Amino acid sequence: MGQRRGSSAPKGKARQKKSEPEEERKISSEEESSSEESSDNTEESEDEEESSDGNEAEDSEKGNSKTPLFSDENVAWLKPKKSKLLDSEEEDDDDEDDDMDEEELEVERQSKLLDMEMEAEQEEADAEMRRTIEQETEIFHLPTEDELEQEKNRVVPPSEIRSRVESILGVLADFKSRREHNRSRSEYVDQLIIDLSELYGYLPELMEYFVSMFGPSETLEFVDASDRPRPLVIRTNTLKARRKDLASSLMKRGVSLDPLANWSKVGLKIIESPVPIGATPEYLSGHYMLQSAASMCPVLSLSPQPGDKVLDMSAAPGGKTSYIAQLMRNKGAIIANDLKPERQKATVANMHRLGVKIAITCTHDGRKLGKKFPRTFDRILLDAPCSGLGVISRDPSVKVQRTILDVQKNSHLQKELLLAAIDALNHKSKKSGGIMVYSTCSVSVYENEEVVNYALQKRHIKIIDAGLDFGKPGFVRYKHQRFHPSVALTRRFYPHVHNMDGFFVAKIQKLSDRKPEDSLEPQEKQEIDDEAEKEVKAHEENKQKRKADGKPIHIKENSKKKVRSEHLSIPPKKQNQGKKKKTNAKVTKPRRHRAQATDV
Amino acid sequence: MRPLTEDETRTLFMKLTEYMGKSVERMINRSDERHCFRLIKDRVYYISESLMKAANSVRREDLLHVGVCLGKFSKSGKFRLHITSLEFLSQYAKYKVWVKPSSEMSFLYGNHVSKNGLARMTENTPQYAGVVVYSMSDIALGFGVAAQSTEHCQSLDPTGNVVLHQSDIGEYLRGIEDDMF
Repeated sequence: MGQRRGSSAPKGKARQKKSEPEEERKISSEEESSSEESSDNTEESEDEEESSDGNEAEDSEKGNSKTPLFSDENVAWLKPKKSKLLDSEEEDDDDEDDDMDEEELEVERQSKLLDMEMEAEQEEADAEMRRTIEQETEIFHLPTEDELEQEKNRVVPPSEIRSRVESILGVLADFKSRREHNRSRSEYVDQLIIDLSELYGYLPELMEYFVSMFGPSETLEFVDASDRPRPLVIRTNTLKARRKDLASSLMKRGVSLDPLANWSKVGLKIIESPVPIGATPEYLSGHYMLQSAASMCPVLSLSPQPGDKVLDMSAAPGGKTSYIAQLMRNKGAIIANDLKPERQKATVANMHRLGVKIAITCTHDGRKLGKKFPRTFDRILLDAPCSGLGVISRDPSVKVQRTILDVQKNSHLQKELLLAAIDALNHKSKKSGGIMVYSTCSVSVYENEEVVNYALQKRHIKIIDAGLDFGKPGFVRYKHQRFHPSVALTRRFYPHVHNMDGFFVAKIQKLSDRKPEDSLEPQEKQEIDDEAEKEVKAHEENKQKRKADGKPIHIKENSKKKVRSEHLSIPPKKQNQGKKKKTNAKVTKPRRHRAQATDV
Repeated sequence: MRPLTEDETRTLFMKLTEYMGKSVERMINRSDERHCFRLIKDRVYYISESLMKAANSVRREDLLHVGVCLGKFSKSGKFRLHITSLEFLSQYAKYKVWVKPSSEMSFLYGNHVSKNGLARMTENTPQYAGVVVYSMSDIALGFGVAAQSTEHCQSLDPTGNVVLHQSDIGEYLRGIEDDMF
């Protein structure tokens, strides 16, 4: 059937072309339509319609090249076209026209019928296309509150909720053209939040928080990725083994693995394993440690040197501590601290198993370490206890157990820990000042940028480049808050972007021991607490009031003041309190530069 | 954290000598830095001097461990080596035993090594000498006591014990409950 144009049928069949036109016409009535179409498709004009007829006949005859020749009444109009290839444009149209005028009617009629059929088809196709466009541009109807009330009476299948979620996302993508005229954007967003919380099993306030940070469509990706597990990753313990050797010995046991990423020289990703990875003889003799990719980043950022004195403030169960030790080649001292003795047992076990000889394990309250070890350490790692919003894939109970209040309580604790850590840093270490890394396994702004920004105000420090180029930069603004521009040097990791746990890393360098608001510290703390409370209140009120006028409430005056003071890292001006303004060059100049500096 | 008394030191060294022979001295007089033994709540820790200074600033109640734990003194004064000392034992071990892959896991579960699982043994191992057990890929698996001297082992029947198990690295998984750490 598919007699292609340009088919190079042998030209010797010229004689045979006269054969059986009638038969072939019937046989090739199907072929005609296809060759008609093909000939149409290849842009033959209607002038050459007659020649196309001839072509068809030729085509069909070429197909039946083996049939015997015979002549009949059609000899008159059937002409051998031996030199004519279908793709050549040098057709003798005139010749054909002259000879075929009389008999064309039959063929022409048929071809015209086919043309009409084609057109009818084309019209139908157009109509259908118009219909589908209409369907897709059909305005999605956002259910009103009454309709939602009715919905509560029946069990709504998840597929329906999901399709509604997708429709809402579609509307939000092109809000102007796809919205219903009487509905506001926030109504769509609210409905989206409710639907997403139900679909994925989150507390609605958590979902609302995510939407405010990520935006609607990215939130869907984030919650989707948080439902799926991240790949299992191990870290080679270079104190006892090399990655190549470890990989080969694990492969001998049947484990299939891959190098983790190009930024890690010790990571291995386990694809499949017939044996339990946490119980192989290699594991027991300390050749590797089970550690997620995200947990390796803060240590890489800290880059401790052999001989340093390092503090790991929340060390249990010891994964990061052992990585620090292996980077230090077992030279120096590491104090591995954690609040709970039960968890520290695991740290002790891991230190021994991995062959770390420089660890001192203790159980202090991290907030008091600033007083106990002032100006002692060259490097500090604070992997702060957090709400775990970034590791939901590992602990789904976080979805319903953590509230925004929990997150804020964590934030308060983290601020205290961070200040204690900064106090424990030795700013004269190695002529450059002690370095610390603050990291959490959370994606919330409360526990990340806000904490770091707070520390910028309270201590003489600066944020330096974390050295992890593959992460996303931290937020410099969030809702009504404005953070110091250097917060952009911190790094965020997301499960839906990097296929790692949600993580935050900030690298901080201590410049000096000075505390800008020394005398006012207790008052400031009270203020911060008050502001935190006000924020919570404003949050609640916003939620309630938003539905009324469909627009977010404008910030209150108090928070405006906060905005101004948070914009720069210098403390709020306190001249009017009679304090001697420090005109010391060391103090003023570096600070002003810092407000504009983007990197170290 | 306090230094060991004379008696404790003697007991400790006697125990170590069973496995390491005279190399015990090498543990104290090391080329890079002087190391020492310290006691925290009946456990002996082997640490460098600089680490000891760093640990001195930590309060007694809060300190859990320093450096490497070698073992524990029992209430009656006897010293028992823990698996955590394996690194040093294997470094200076006098008598070694290699175990076939088939009975690797059995030893890691805490069973003795039978003649079936024995692949290799150092010559002239006296009976009841301290012995370090290795896998065929030279990974140290643990330590124990030779049940028979090397010559007698050859005449043992296949199910007889060659090494009496004392400690193995499987305890890193089992030991947290046993209050090992």
